[in-house]
Amino acid sequence: MTAASSTPPLPHPPNQALLEVRNIAKSFGAREVLKNISLEIASGEFLTLLGESGSGKTTLLRLIAGFAQPTSGEIWMSSSRFDTLPPYQRRVNTVFQHYALFPHLTVADNVAYGLRVTHAPASEIPTRVQAALQMVKMQEYSSVRPSRLSGGQQQRVALARALVNRPQLLLLDEPLSALDANLRKQMQGELKSLQRELGITFLFVTHDQEEAMALSDRIALLKDGHLEQVASPREIYSHPATSYTAQFIGQTNLLRADVNNGVAISGPLRWPTIAPDGPMLFSLRPESIQLASSSTSILNAVRFRARIHQQIFSGSVEQLEIDHSGQLLRVRIPARGPLTGEHEFAFNPADAILVRD
Amino acid sequence: MYSRLYKALISVPPLLWVGLFLLLPYALMFAHSFWLVRDGVIVHQWNFQNYAKLSQNPVYAEVLFRTARIAASVTVLSLLLGYPLAYYMSFHASLRKDLLYQLVIVPLWVSYLVRGYAWKTILGSDGVLNGFLQYLHITKEPVSFFLYSPFAVILTLTHIYTPFVFLPLYASLEHIPRNLIEASHDLGAGPRSTFFRVVVPLSIPGLLAGATFAFVLTLGDFLGPMLVGGPSSIMIANIVQSLFGTAYDWPLGAAIAVCILLLTIALLFLAEHLEKCWAFR
Amino acid sequence: MTAASANSLRRAPLLAAYSLLVFAFLYLPIVVLILYSFNQGGVGGFPPRQFTLHWYQQLFADGSIWDSVLNSLLVALGAVALSLTLGLLAALALDRASFPGKSLFRRLVLLPLVLPGIITGLSLLMFVDRLGIRLSLLTVFLGHGTALISVATTELFAGLQKMDRAQEEASLDLGATPWQTFWRITLPHLSLSLIASALLIFTLSMDEIAVTFFLLGRENTLPLEIWARLRRGITPEINAISTLIFLVSVILILIWYRIRTRTIGQEATELLERP
Repeated sequence: MTAASSTPPLPHPPNQALLEVRNIAKSFGAREVLKNISLEIASGEFLTLLGESGSGKTTLLRLIAGFAQPTSGEIWMSSSRFDTLPPYQRRVNTVFQHYALFPHLTVADNVAYGLRVTHAPASEIPTRVQAALQMVKMQEYSSVRPSRLSGGQQQRVALARALVNRPQLLLLDEPLSALDANLRKQMQGELKSLQRELGITFLFVTHDQEEAMALSDRIALLKDGHLEQVASPREIYSHPATSYTAQFIGQTNLLRADVNNGVAISGPLRWPTIAPDGPMLFSLRPESIQLASSSTSILNAVRFRARIHQQIFSGSVEQLEIDHSGQLLRVRIPARGPLTGEHEFAFNPADAILVRD
Repeated sequence: MYSRLYKALISVPPLLWVGLFLLLPYALMFAHSFWLVRDGVIVHQWNFQNYAKLSQNPVYAEVLFRTARIAASVTVLSLLLGYPLAYYMSFHASLRKDLLYQLVIVPLWVSYLVRGYAWKTILGSDGVLNGFLQYLHITKEPVSFFLYSPFAVILTLTHIYTPFVFLPLYASLEHIPRNLIEASHDLGAGPRSTFFRVVVPLSIPGLLAGATFAFVLTLGDFLGPMLVGGPSSIMIANIVQSLFGTAYDWPLGAAIAVCILLLTIALLFLAEHLEKCWAFR
Repeated sequence: MTAASANSLRRAPLLAAYSLLVFAFLYLPIVVLILYSFNQGGVGGFPPRQFTLHWYQQLFADGSIWDSVLNSLLVALGAVALSLTLGLLAALALDRASFPGKSLFRRLVLLPLVLPGIITGLSLLMFVDRLGIRLSLLTVFLGHGTALISVATTELFAGLQKMDRAQEEASLDLGATPWQTFWRITLPHLSLSLIASALLIFTLSMDEIAVTFFLLGRENTLPLEIWARLRRGITPEINAISTLIFLVSVILILIWYRIRTRTIGQEATELLERP
């Protein structure tokens, strides 16, 4: 695929598009890592690139940062061509996965680095550095060397070092993956409020779907170099476009069904649907299935009997695997003690979402 | 996990050997420096005469300074050759890096004698270089200062010690995490700025190690001057060597050797201390 | 500025040219040496005019050279045995034992590596002289062994550090004695390091001059034999033997390098595969 000549800019949506990725493809030798990605990042939004390892999410981030060149396609920022610039000329800063703090400089010198090399006015530098450190609550460590800091502290300094330059776009490459669970939750909260406060556009990369759901305004799910779906967390959860999305984000029951005249038949299970006739794939979330006895308020409930096959207690919920005449389904109900034998279950047929394969 | 017997078995033999064949000989050398030679025989009469001779006769200090100057020249030239090479191989030669590395270490371990001899045949009045220059009619007569001169000694020793300087330098450069280079670019520093602000400071431990190596080894070198040097390029180790040879005066030779040893140890400690200051791990 | 030049971090023509010059400097003398070993007209002058194998023929007929080669081999093999044994013990001691004076010990063991050979040679000379031992190949062997322990220690210590300690613990857990563990687990793990060290020590011993200079008796090692001839005059026969030395050293060093990179090959591949 040869490099495309300049394509005309897309019409601007109401929320100004800061960065436009147009038909980007990237191959390393024979290996195609990104295949025809087109994406818009709106100014001020928190967009997460979500995917497994090998999905291409980090590669896409690095293309935007400038550490690699696209094999074909273009990147535009605010109506000017972006991907032809070297990284030191882009108004973009990166928070690296392993922090990449300069070991021979103190925390303050690390943070001041970007300001110094771009020749910011010398009088401004100390105040801006202090302000950035205060933002991440590290102002007490300004004359310390990075080797003496914990992982979480280094992460904050890396953040300050990037933000002090007031970039138009902040790139974060799985910044929290090296932290332990509690610290991670804490940092997630801080990142989110920081982004709200500053209004800087964040492009966040992670493989952790819970993290993506918690932080993002929008999620871009990548699979094998393709964009599976780009939507807000709520949207992507309640209306997954593909079976992959349905399974990757949250858990689900994937039901292959034949639709005939408004009725979907999947093994012993049948329910009314507005889907077209033919073989179809549906996603039904475990929490959509409830015990009939406790779900008198479900609309147009579809009822069926099934035997408890397995039960796992998870604190606030029971995760059940039920056997519906040979068909195994996953169910999630509020905690209520051990269950055995056959029970009646119910679900709202509208919760069976049609998905692509 | 390891029994006392095990630990004793593994530590005692090397300790014994080190004590017997390193410590004891050094001590003996130290002792010799306080003895005398009379009528061709070593006399065990404790005195400071040798050291007095060294400090009073200006020849020794002169030769020592000359040796230090040659050592410094060799070190600097080796760095000028070795650093760009190491930098290029570490940061720019992605594909053939391994092959290039092997090409550099081969001269390092190939005989000193072979390399010194090669230069001898090249630099002489009847040598290859003169022949080449005359063949191209650049000169009419052989140039004599190529061989048996400080120039020849510095050239030959630089040739020998450049790979020595290269090795720790290359290791140091390879150890610099590449994401630091990316981070520097990301923050707005171009390649040149990144080189001076990030690469050089982090390569200093390797640089110090290599430079110390080259300087110390050149300081105690006596083969180079014997192969390609002349009367004006005699180094301190040559004086020692002759005192243990034809000019039979072991005590005086030992005294100079002790000075070289102490100087070397002092330099090594200094280098180690500086390396610790610059190691940011 | 095109996309290609933005990635010019990879290309640096001036630097590449300079590096080429440095390589030329490193190899030119050796190339000249080899060239002139085939030259009829002697070691100097330019250009070399007549190709001949005469010097090599002379070399192969030269009895005393091959005697000295034999001497060098004896010393080298002895030095390998001695240095490896003591070096292995020293490496084990540094890795596993703690005793007073350990850091002094470590420095002393590594000292001959950085000290000029003349110091090591002279101190040992005075030592054997006091003991009344006559200078001979034995004293040369002692000198090489002492000087080259540091080489073995460094390589073997690195090999020990990379070893997974849990393997020895597993062995003990399964009922093996420390002695059995050493032979069945530790030593095999070090096999590559041992071979690499042996090759290096062998090569260094064959080429050793500075220490040998002072400990030599009546029988010459190869470098010292060549040295003696240099005093008498330069002939291309010396070029010939030097060429052979060079070739053998190169082969040994390249084998050493392959072995060495095999031991770290695992780590390197893992690093390369990180996304």
